[in-house]
Formats: sequence, C-alpha cells, structure tokens
Amino acid sequence: MDQTSHKAMRSCGECCTRLVDFGVTLRGSRVLEQIRLHMHCGELTALIGPNGAGKTTLLRAMVGELPHTGSLRFIHHGNIETTKPLRIGYVPQKLELDRTSPTTVMDLFAGALTRWPLWVGTRKAVACEAQAKLELVGAETLLDRRISEISVGQLQRVLLALALTPVPELLLLDEPVAALDQGGMERFYQTVSKMRTEYDLSILLVSHDLTAAAQFSDRMILLNRTVLCEGAPKDVLLNPLIRQTFGFGFTEQEIDGRRPLFKQLEHEQCALQAGEA
Amino acid sequence: MSLWHTLLLNLPFEWAQYDFMHNALLAVLLVSPLLALLGCLVINNQMAFFSEAMGHSALTGLALGALLGIADPTATIVGFAVVLAVAMVLMRRTSAVPPDTSIALVMAFVVALGVVLLSRGGGFARYSRYLIGDILTITPGELGILAVVSGGVAVMWVFLFNALFFVSLNRSLAASRGFPAGVLEAVFSVLVAVVVSVSIPWVGLLVINSMLILPAATARNLARNTRGYVLGAVAVSLLSGVIGLVCSYYWNTATGATIVLWACGFFALSLVLRRR
Repeated sequence: MDQTSHKAMRSCGECCTRLVDFGVTLRGSRVLEQIRLHMHCGELTALIGPNGAGKTTLLRAMVGELPHTGSLRFIHHGNIETTKPLRIGYVPQKLELDRTSPTTVMDLFAGALTRWPLWVGTRKAVACEAQAKLELVGAETLLDRRISEISVGQLQRVLLALALTPVPELLLLDEPVAALDQGGMERFYQTVSKMRTEYDLSILLVSHDLTAAAQFSDRMILLNRTVLCEGAPKDVLLNPLIRQTFGFGFTEQEIDGRRPLFKQLEHEQCALQAGEA
Repeated sequence: MSLWHTLLLNLPFEWAQYDFMHNALLAVLLVSPLLALLGCLVINNQMAFFSEAMGHSALTGLALGALLGIADPTATIVGFAVVLAVAMVLMRRTSAVPPDTSIALVMAFVVALGVVLLSRGGGFARYSRYLIGDILTITPGELGILAVVSGGVAVMWVFLFNALFFVSLNRSLAASRGFPAGVLEAVFSVLVAVVVSVSIPWVGLLVINSMLILPAATARNLARNTRGYVLGAVAVSLLSGVIGLVCSYYWNTATGATIVLWACGFFALSLVLRRR
C-alpha cells in the first residue's frame, strides 16, 4: 500500500494511453477485437495470455506496424489528447542477425539519434548519450561490441537502453526475458522496475512467466483475442479464467510463496561480499 | 571532361591513351561505388535473390523494347524492372508462397518470356551484348545519364540508410521509431531495379548481381562496425572495378566479368583473413 501511494506521488498521473474498441484483422481473420485498455504513466502493466492470444500482434499494432480498427489515444502532459503516438520505446523478442553482421551497439544508437547515415560523422555526442543509457541498464562495457557477438542477455539490455533513447512515454516489451536464464530475467525485471519510477513511464510487458510478472507489475491483463480480465496481478492470477485459459491455476500461497526477488538478490549480494571478505 | 582526358593521357600506360578507356574508367568510377553502397543494404535486408531477379528481368525489358521498335531499349528495361519490382513487393505481402520460391517463379517466367520473344526468327545473338555488357562503347552522353541516375540514387540512399538499417533488424522496432517498413522496402526495391537495369548494358545481366553483392559480402567478412562495412565495400568495389577494367584491356576479355573475377578474388582473400 505504501509503495503504491509513493508511486502515485511520483507519477504525473496526467498522461496515459487508452485503447478503445481496438481490433486487428490479419489476412481476413479477426485476431484481436474489442480491446479496451487504459495505461497510466509510472505503471507497469503485464500482458499475459496463451500462445496465439494476440499479445505480440497487439504490440505490433500499437507501434504502427499493423493496421487496426478502433482508436488508440494518447493523453499527453497537460491533458492534451491526441491520436498522434507518444514516443514509443519498443524492445523486440529478437533481431534478425547473422554471424557476419558488422552492426555494433554504437551503430544502433547512431541510427536512432542521427539523420545522416549512421556511419557518417564524428558522433561524439551520440556516443556520450548512448554510454549514459547503457550505464543505466548495466551494459556500459558494450558500446563498441558487435551485437552478433554479445550474449542474449546483454543484447536485451542494449535493446532496452536503445528503447529508452530518447526517453519514451510508453515502453512496450515483447517477452523480453524469454531467452534469459533465471538470474538474467530477474536483473532485467529489476532494471525495468527502476526505469518505471525514474522516467515516469507507462510500461506494457508481455510475459510468459506469470508469477514473476505478477511480482513486478502494478496491473495485469489476461488477453485471449480480447481482454478476458484485468486488475491487480494477484486478483487476475486467482481468477478462475486463468485455469480455463491455461489449464492450470494458482493458489494464494503459490503467488505469495515465491521468494521476493529483490530481497533474494540483496541477500545473494551480501553473501557474495561476505565470501569475498 | 577534357581535364579528365588530359589527366589520363599523361599517365605512362598504354590503356590510358584511348578515349574509350577514359569513358569506361569514368563509368566504372560512377557505377561500382554506387552498386557497393546499395549492396550493403541489399545484404542487410536479405534481398540478394530479389536483385538477381531484377537483373534477369532485363531480358523481357529488352524484348519489349525490340517489339515496340525502340532503338535504345534502356527505357523499356528500366520501366519493366520497376513495374516488376512493385509487383514483387505486392506479391510478397499477399502471397502464401515463401518469398524465395515466389522470386524463383517470377525469375523463371521473365527469363523464359524474354528469351522466347528475343529468339523469334533465330536472332538472339544480336542481344548477347546485354548478357555480357560492353562498357568500352559507352559515350559521353550515356555517361551523363549514368551520372544523373547515380547522383539521384546516392541522395535517396543517404535518406533511406538508417530506416532500412532498422527494418533489417526488426520490422516492429523500425515501426516504433517511425520507419514504415513496407513503404521503405518498396522504395528501396524500385531503387535497386533502376540501378541494376541502367547498369546492365555496360556490366552485363549475367554478372550485375555479383557487382552488387560481392563487395559488400567481402567487407562484411572483415568489418568491425557499420562504417567499416560501407567504406570497405566501396573500396573493394573501386579496386576490383579499376583493376578489372585495365586487365580486360590487356587480356582482351569482357570487362564486367573480369571485374567480377577480381571481386571474387578479394572475397576469397577476406575469407582467409577472417579465419586468422
């Protein structure tokens, strides 16, 4: 409760993203229909649902890659309502890369920040900005590395830093932890949580790990071609619709019983430091 | 132009004494870096097979020119390639067939149609010039057209580079940064179609795609970043272009193919250097 009120104080509470009667039709078949969503700044919303529920499709329509019906409205600071997108940061599941790809982390940032072809110019200012964002996500040593030679977890951090450049108002994360191990996943969630308060972002995160998502999110949405239910993460996970959709359910103990990740990590760090001493 | 001729005439080489070599060298210096620049994006966006099909579509473009009785078929070659490029972009969006299969089908069709039309009455040999290219016959007027097209394409390339770079990484990521993947790919496809088809009379449709792909592929083997990739591709392209042209003079061989052999040599060298 304390945490929530603290967050409410920090967030401006004015800007939000609203989807009304939102729908997507792909190759003649209706993939998503009658989606109603309301996301506030400073809030992390977890989007869950079975395979084929349309989670990725929803994000692709929101970034403008796919056409949609209904409306996608953005309310900016000062209660200005527009259909013109806010700055959207997007972290994809994966990139199309081959082993000979010469693209470096720096190239990604240069491509995002300059109008000239990304390999032209001295790029000192770009390098500074990129380095600052990489430090935020704990990837400060990667600026000159090629993205084909860094690990999956490192690449996810880089893509998060890229999505935060320039700072967006809405951050969309498409199963960003699918390819990460447990430790990598927890670090990633921690970083995202930090960003939410630091930059007052609305975050929409697609996740398959329901209990982990529940721990980090403020709200949860169960999607299967339309919004089945939404609310506080615990309430959504305890809803009978979860069992109907996934074929398994959760008990209260199972949701609470999961070790709190922050505490666990702090504990591990202490143990590590104690061991070093 | 006269400055260019004077400059070359002062070189102590036999090949530098002929006007046709001066023109050809200028054409190589124009076309090869342009093809290399486009090639970088063609490889990034996995369009190598598409550009190959564009080259081969010249057969049908040529046949259309002949049927319409046009003396210089460059216009119909370019026109047909552009129409085909747009058709293929639309096909890729709507068709259920995998993209490489549909490109293979289209290529088979345009090659067969071109050959059938051109071989009526047994006159195909007349057109072999377009298969192997003949850069030594380029006139200053044609050089002028080439320069205008090259300039236009280079400007477009500058504006498209970052956008296509993101499209090649992930289409949704590109969309989130305000780059519409579909439109950009269509524009770039048309650009490739134009450059490939205006170069064909000089380079030859059999080897045009190699001039597009090989320099970029070579640079990709060695580059540590995108700058190295692009500049490396231009360097490899210019080197193999100039060396190939001069060699073709002394060996009395087709220029386009000689250039491509040199580019293949550089590619092999890059593989060796990469291994180490």
